[in-house]
Amino acid sequence: MSVLTALARAQAWQAGRAQPVATVRHVHVAPRPFVFVPLALAGEACAPLAAMAGDDPADPRLLVVAQPRNRTQRFAFAAELGRELLRYIGGFPAGGAGEEGAGAAADRGTAGQGAGEGGEGERAVPPDAPQVWLPNRAGIGFTRLLGRSTRFRRAEGEHAVDPVVPVLGRWLTFLAERSEHPGSCLMLAATEALALHWATGQSPAEDLNLASLIGWIDPPAWTDGREAARAAEDPLAWPPAGPATDPGFDNEVLARLIAACDRAEAGGGEAARAKAALGEALAGQLEPAWRLTWRAIGLLRALPEGGHVAGRWEADRRAFGWHAAHLRDGGPPQPRRDSAVAAARRLDSMERAAASLAVQRALDDPLVMAEHRLAGEALAGRVTAAEPDRVITGPSGRRVLRPLVTVRTHDPVSVEPGTVLAPPGRPNQHARVESVAPLGARGAGMAGASGASGASGASGAGAGAAGETEVVLELSGGMGQRLTPAPGSVPGVGDWVCYATLRDEYQPPAGFPEPEQTPWTHGGPPRPYEPTDEDAREAWS
Amino acid sequence: MTGEMRAQRAGGAGGDGGAGRHDGARGHGGAGAVELARRAADDILGALAALSAGTPGPAPGSAGAGSAGAGEAIAGRGLVVDSPPGAGKSTLVARAALRLAGAGEPVMVVAQTNEQVDDLAVRLASLSPQLPVGRLSAADYVQTERVARHPRVTVGRQPADLSGCQVIVATAAKWASLTGDAAWPWAIIDEAYQMRSDMLLRIAGRFGRALFVGDPGQLDPFTVVRTERWTGLPWDPQVSAVAVLLAHNPGLPVRQLPVSWRLPASAAPVVSEAFYPFSGFMAGTGPGERSLSFQAAGFGAGPADEAIELAARDGWALYEMPARHAPRTDGEAVAACARLAERLLARGAIAVSELAPGGRPVTGDRIAIGTAHRDQARAVRQALRDLAAAPAGGAAGPLAAELGRVTVDTANRLQGREFDVTIVLHPLSGRVDADEFHLESGRLCVLASRHRHACVVVARAGIPELLDAHPSREPVHIDVPARFPDGWEAHHSVMAHLAARTVRAW
Repeated sequence: MSVLTALARAQAWQAGRAQPVATVRHVHVAPRPFVFVPLALAGEACAPLAAMAGDDPADPRLLVVAQPRNRTQRFAFAAELGRELLRYIGGFPAGGAGEEGAGAAADRGTAGQGAGEGGEGERAVPPDAPQVWLPNRAGIGFTRLLGRSTRFRRAEGEHAVDPVVPVLGRWLTFLAERSEHPGSCLMLAATEALALHWATGQSPAEDLNLASLIGWIDPPAWTDGREAARAAEDPLAWPPAGPATDPGFDNEVLARLIAACDRAEAGGGEAARAKAALGEALAGQLEPAWRLTWRAIGLLRALPEGGHVAGRWEADRRAFGWHAAHLRDGGPPQPRRDSAVAAARRLDSMERAAASLAVQRALDDPLVMAEHRLAGEALAGRVTAAEPDRVITGPSGRRVLRPLVTVRTHDPVSVEPGTVLAPPGRPNQHARVESVAPLGARGAGMAGASGASGASGASGAGAGAAGETEVVLELSGGMGQRLTPAPGSVPGVGDWVCYATLRDEYQPPAGFPEPEQTPWTHGGPPRPYEPTDEDAREAWS
Repeated sequence: MTGEMRAQRAGGAGGDGGAGRHDGARGHGGAGAVELARRAADDILGALAALSAGTPGPAPGSAGAGSAGAGEAIAGRGLVVDSPPGAGKSTLVARAALRLAGAGEPVMVVAQTNEQVDDLAVRLASLSPQLPVGRLSAADYVQTERVARHPRVTVGRQPADLSGCQVIVATAAKWASLTGDAAWPWAIIDEAYQMRSDMLLRIAGRFGRALFVGDPGQLDPFTVVRTERWTGLPWDPQVSAVAVLLAHNPGLPVRQLPVSWRLPASAAPVVSEAFYPFSGFMAGTGPGERSLSFQAAGFGAGPADEAIELAARDGWALYEMPARHAPRTDGEAVAACARLAERLLARGAIAVSELAPGGRPVTGDRIAIGTAHRDQARAVRQALRDLAAAPAGGAAGPLAAELGRVTVDTANRLQGREFDVTIVLHPLSGRVDADEFHLESGRLCVLASRHRHACVVVARAGIPELLDAHPSREPVHIDVPARFPDGWEAHHSVMAHLAARTVRAW
C-alpha cells in the first residue's frame, strides 16, 4: 500500500466515506455491458448452482441447476448460459474484415495468443466489443473453470453436448484469460474496478465484499460508510456475491430445497413447484449481487474517462476481433496449458501491457501522478524562469532550439542532472535535467539541533519533507520546426508544470524461438495439439 | 573429518547430487579452506573439460574414464555450479572461459547487467594477456574507462565485429536481441539464478553446452505481472533459468563452491546455516584473521557507538529500537541507519584483513546501507545528505564527503556487491505483518552477506513475535518443488543469532 493510499484509507475511516484515489476513470465502461453473477455448489471445484445473467438491469435471466451434481443438468445450464451470452456477443459485428483475413488467426496456433498486438493493421478493428462484468475476481476464476470444463466438448460422438457448449467454453476462456491482461476491460470484476478508483476505511481483504465496498463508496442517505459496510456483513441482508454461497443458506435452505427437487423428480409429483421454490430462493441470493454490480457500473460510468482508456479499449476490440475470426475460421480451442514459447510470449505481452498501463494511468490522472511525485520519479511545480528562445549548436554542428525552464517544486526530487523527463500531455517533448538545487536553509542552521536530537531524533523525516528545490530543464522536441518555439509549446513563467521520468513508449515484443525450435533447456519442441476423444469424455469436476 | 572427505562431500564428487548435508564444510580455516576451494574449482574445470570432449546430448558409453566429472559427462550438455556469497564465482567463470577457449572452443559468456559484463571482460583480459576478448554491446553503450584501458577487449555491436575473439561477453538481453543464427559450442551463464527462464529460452538456441553459475540463496527473478497461470509447469517463464533447466534435465550435475572468501569467520556459519541448509560452506579466513578497530574513542556517544563496537568485535550487532508500527520509510529507523554510518566514519574504522594486513581505513565507499524498498533507500540517502550538511560531531569537510560515498540501495541492487561493513534496515522492522515479499529468504540473504567484516542490523523490537504471529501460509502448488530455505525459518535463524548481540537504542 502506497503512502497516498494509506492516507486515503485513514481519511475514509475518519470521514465515514470512501475517498477517491483517481480523478478520472481508468477502465472502459461499455454502453451495454453484460453482467454475469454465478453461484457454485459448495464443496465442488466447479459445479454451477445458479446464475443471473444478461445485459438489461431490469430483466435478468435466472439460470438454475436443480441437482448440481447431475452431469446432464450441468450441460443444460451451460447451453442456456451459452445461448444468453452468444446472443449478447452476436450483437457486436466482430471485425467485418474477418472473411478476407481467414486463416490469419489459425497461423498463430492458439487463440488469444498475443492478441491485442499481433497483426496490427492487417484486420479491421471491430467498432465495438462485448464487456462482461462479474461481482468479484473469484467470479472470474469460476468463469475460467467453467470455460475449461466446456471448451473441449464435442457436439457429436459418444458424449455429445449441445453445440453451443464448446463455443461458450471458448468465449469464457478467452474472456477470463484476457482479464489477466493488464489494462484489458473485456471482462471486469466490479470490486477490482471500484477499488482502483476509491479507497475505503477498511482493509483490502474486506474490499473484496462488493456490498461493503459500495457501502463505503455510496452509503445510503441515512447512514455513513462505516455503518453501511457493517450492515453489508450480514449474509441475510446481503448474501455473498458468489460464486461461494453463504453456508447458513446452504444448510438451512438450499439442502432442503434440492432434496425436495430430488424427491419430486423421483416421485413424479410436484416437480414444477419444487423447482420454482428452489429458483425463488436462489434468485433471492443472486439478486442483491446483480443490483450491486449494475450499481458499480453506474458509479464508474459517472466518472470522466481517462485519456488513454480509449486506446486500451481499442486493443481489447482488436483482441475480440481476433478471437471471433479464430472461431469463425474453425481454429482449435485454447490449449490446456501454454507451451514454453507461448507462456514466455504471453508473459512478455502482459509485462509490456502492465508497464504501459502504469505510465498511462499516471499521465491521465494527477492523483496517480502524485504517487510518482512522492516517490521522486516526477516533479511538479511553478516555472520561475524561462528562456524560450535559447538556441545552441548541437553535436552535429547544426543550430537547434533548446529552451531552458526553471521549475521550483516542493516535491522530493531524486532525479539527477542528465536524466531525461517528459511532460504529460506533450508526448513529443523531452526535458533534460540540467541542474538540481535545494533552496532555503535546509540543514544549515540545524547543526545545533541535530546534535541534541541524537540517533532517535528526526522522527518522521521522510524523503525531504521540508524545503523547495529548483530544477533547471532543457527542453527539446515538440516545439515545431523553427528556431523559435511554436506558441504554447514552452511553458511560461508562473505556469504550473509537471515532468516525469515515465514515458509511454512502444516496446516491441521480445523475440522468442518458434515453438518447434524450443531448446533443450526447455524440454525441446512440444508435440502439437491433436483433439482426441479423451477431450470430450473428460469428467467435469 | 579430514580435508579429503570434506572436499569430496562439499564438492559433490561423491555423486550425492548436492542433496546431502555438508556439515563438514561448515567452520572456517586458512590453509584447509584454500585447499578445499582449489579442489572444488579443479573438479569443476575437469568436469567441463570432460563434457567438452564428449558430444552434446545423451551419448552413453562415450565418456572416458579417470576424471571425477567423466561419469557425468554422459548425462550432459551442461553443468550447474552453486556458489555461496563471495565464493569466487567470477574467478571460476573467467577460468572456465579461458580453459574452454584455450581448448579451441569459442565461448559466449552471458551476464545479467552491463556492469557485470564489464567486470567479466576486464577480468578475462587480465587473466590471459594473449586472449582477445569481445564485448557485445547495444548502440547506446558508453564504454567504461576500465574496459577502454584494456587493449585486448574489443567492443562491437554484432558478433561479426568480433570475429577474432574466442570469448565474447554480453548481457543476456543483448544476446537475446541478436539476429541471425550465429551459435557457439559453449556458453557460460553467470548469475543464472537471477536470470528468468524466458530469457534463457531466448538465448538457448545459440549454444550447444553450457555452464550455469550462480548463487541459489539470493533473490529470485521477479515479474510485475501476478498470475498463477504457469505455476507448476516445468517451463514457467517466471522462475529462474536454473529451475527450468533442472526441471527438464534432472540428470545435470550440480556442484558447489565450498568456501566464501568474502564472509568473515563470524558470518559464514550464520549465513550458511540460515540460507544454505543443505549445501553449507565455510569461511576462507579464520576467526583471528580479520579485525575491525577504531582510531577514535566513542566518548560515551550512546547506542550507535555501542552497536558499531559490538559489530567490530563480534561481526554482528542488532541495533534495536522500541517496538512500533511504522510506515515503510520509518523516520527513526532511517535516521539510525544514517547515524550508524556516520559514527563508523567519524570513528575512523580500520579494517585489517588478508588483503590489507597493515589495515585499511573503512571509507564511505566500503560501507553499504541495504533496504528492502526503493523509497527506504531514498529516505536513507536523504538522511545521509542531511547529516553531511550538518554532521553532529563537527568536523564537516572530509566526513561529509565520505558520507556521500556510502552506497545505499535495495537488496536487489546490492546483489553481487561487496563491502567492509554493511548496515541493514531489517525488512520486517516496524511492520504490522510478515508477507511473502518481506519474508523472502533471498532478500535477507543478500542483505546479510555483503560484508567482509561486520554487519549492523537496524530493526524495531518484536520481530521474532511478528514472525510467530505470521507463519508462512503460501499456498502449496502441485509440481512446484518445495523451496528451501523457508524464509520464515531463515528469518528466525538470523534473529536467534542476533538476539545475544542486541544493543538497545532506548
